[in-house]
Amino acid sequence: MDLAVVKPSSASRRPSLLARIVGAESELKKKDALEGYLFAMPWIIGLIVFVAGPIVASIYLSLTHYSVLSGATWAGLDNYRRAFFEDPLFWPSLGRTLYYAGAVVPISLIGSLLLASLLNQKLRGTNAFRSLFFLPHLTPTVALAVLWSWLLHPHLGPINMVIQALGLDPYPFLTTRRTVIPSMIMISAWSSVGGNNMLIFLAGLQGVPVEMYEAAEIDGASSVRKFLSITLPMISPSILFNLVMGIIGALKVFGLAYVATSGGPNYGSWFFALHIYSQAFAYFRLGYASALAWFFAAVLILFTMVQLKLSNRWVFYAGAN
Amino acid sequence: MASIDAVRPAPSIGKARSYQGSQRLARTLLYVVICALAIVFAFPFFYTVSSSLKGQWEVLLFPPTLLPTVPQWENYVRVFQVTPFGAWLLNTITVVVLATSGAVISSSLVGYSLARFNYRGRDLLLMLALATMMLPGQVTLIPQFLLFNKLGWINTIRPLWIPSWFGGGAFNIFLMRQFMMTLPMELDEAAAIDGASRLRIFLTILAPLCKPAIATMAVISFMGHWADFMSPLIYLNSQDKFTVAVGLNYFKAVPASSEEQFYHYLMAACVISLAPCIIMFFSAQRYFVRGIAMTGIKG
Repeated sequence: MDLAVVKPSSASRRPSLLARIVGAESELKKKDALEGYLFAMPWIIGLIVFVAGPIVASIYLSLTHYSVLSGATWAGLDNYRRAFFEDPLFWPSLGRTLYYAGAVVPISLIGSLLLASLLNQKLRGTNAFRSLFFLPHLTPTVALAVLWSWLLHPHLGPINMVIQALGLDPYPFLTTRRTVIPSMIMISAWSSVGGNNMLIFLAGLQGVPVEMYEAAEIDGASSVRKFLSITLPMISPSILFNLVMGIIGALKVFGLAYVATSGGPNYGSWFFALHIYSQAFAYFRLGYASALAWFFAAVLILFTMVQLKLSNRWVFYAGAN
Repeated sequence: MASIDAVRPAPSIGKARSYQGSQRLARTLLYVVICALAIVFAFPFFYTVSSSLKGQWEVLLFPPTLLPTVPQWENYVRVFQVTPFGAWLLNTITVVVLATSGAVISSSLVGYSLARFNYRGRDLLLMLALATMMLPGQVTLIPQFLLFNKLGWINTIRPLWIPSWFGGGAFNIFLMRQFMMTLPMELDEAAAIDGASRLRIFLTILAPLCKPAIATMAVISFMGHWADFMSPLIYLNSQDKFTVAVGLNYFKAVPASSEEQFYHYLMAACVISLAPCIIMFFSAQRYFVRGIAMTGIKG
């Protein structure tokens, strides 16, 4: 678009060098283009200073040994070699993170789709229930961790008091290696099923044309059949979006484990983001931590790419052929 | 229509009644399910608020009481006495206000530029914005830390809000750009013919029309900065500089030696840190819900 009115006389004149640099076809459009840069300036500066510069610096740092005293010394791929072959926490923390994400994502996706379907039944008071289901998602991570470590406390927590009152042994929840990750999966599920995923599914469900269901009913389709053959394909773009965002979010899990267990007991909830954080800001091994961060970025990008690639097999976009 | 109805055998009255009955039963069942779920979601909040109002002896009482026998409202006052909670709140509010206003102002300017101007590299800028959304923050975190360290910003709240003034993040830029694309060009053109400058067009015509998008962005940014944990954890070292999120974590970790004495205060602190998010959600629910639904469908 351009608001500059092009006069026929000036159109024939060759635009100046500056005009050609900014991509304007005429002197009059040059001012417009320059103003465009001016309005975009906060982002251009931000991109250079806070994104592009740090990306370059972080690639460089990942190839160095960095210490606070001596600064960076070139190390080539040594950090990556150490991570893959020598760091005893590297693979276990990656595996733990994948295990956590592998459980949280399906649980929260299926749970939020069920909740959204429930809310889409047009029951009275739906809005109130929607808000109520959304509340856990509003809880800041630290409050979430504090609140649940109290609820799940082995002796003093109300849940274990009830379990004991039933004559059972108290369940250790966050205090043993075996139970800590399942407990965190449960906490995350509680906080995420009624959250953004549910709202996005709900919007998706409300966008499915009623005529489709009516047509299916005339053909005698059952509710299950309608769900599988109409609802799921029609909301598949929302499923893809929630899946991609869900996996990225779950792999980045940090605050919950940091606050509730500090990665323990005995590294039982030592997730990958915790490993990066502690290498960087507890030990100040900034070179090594940068290498870990890039490996982590590669994993995230790989997951996203694979999903987007696979998605054209199962995602259906209405209106596109 | 009438002829079709006539051909079909009319359902017997008994059948119709049983159909209605099963329909009603299904509705009732759905209500039972939805209410049970509501309890599952609400109970932890209820118990947190209830614990925060109990006396020290009652928090640890077995069997636990659902409601405090005598609500101890002074727990909320004590939280401010045993921790620098007032300072934490003030720091958090400062960060949230500065960061949110920065994000709103700068991302709407950038969105305006991407939606309404023609210049070389414009589409590249948009693409870069989208690409940065995929990159995990950990990748840029360490060099940013070194940068802020060099600037002497460690242990100040500056790293938590100043970056927001430079575009306000890719998501916000994208949101503003998409919203402005839906506004008719004729508005701009009419104003331009009347001699309005581009800044004036933005301020007097487009920005007021973008209110829903701006409100959505403000609410989401408020929540994000209020809850943010990792950045303040990295940048703030001394207690008096903490935000509520790191403060709460500190408060949880410190009384580990004498934990029994603190749970009611800790829960009260939890409630204080939760309350603004809940108030914000209920007062701006419309924008919030629409914003999230919008990202899911168009994102």
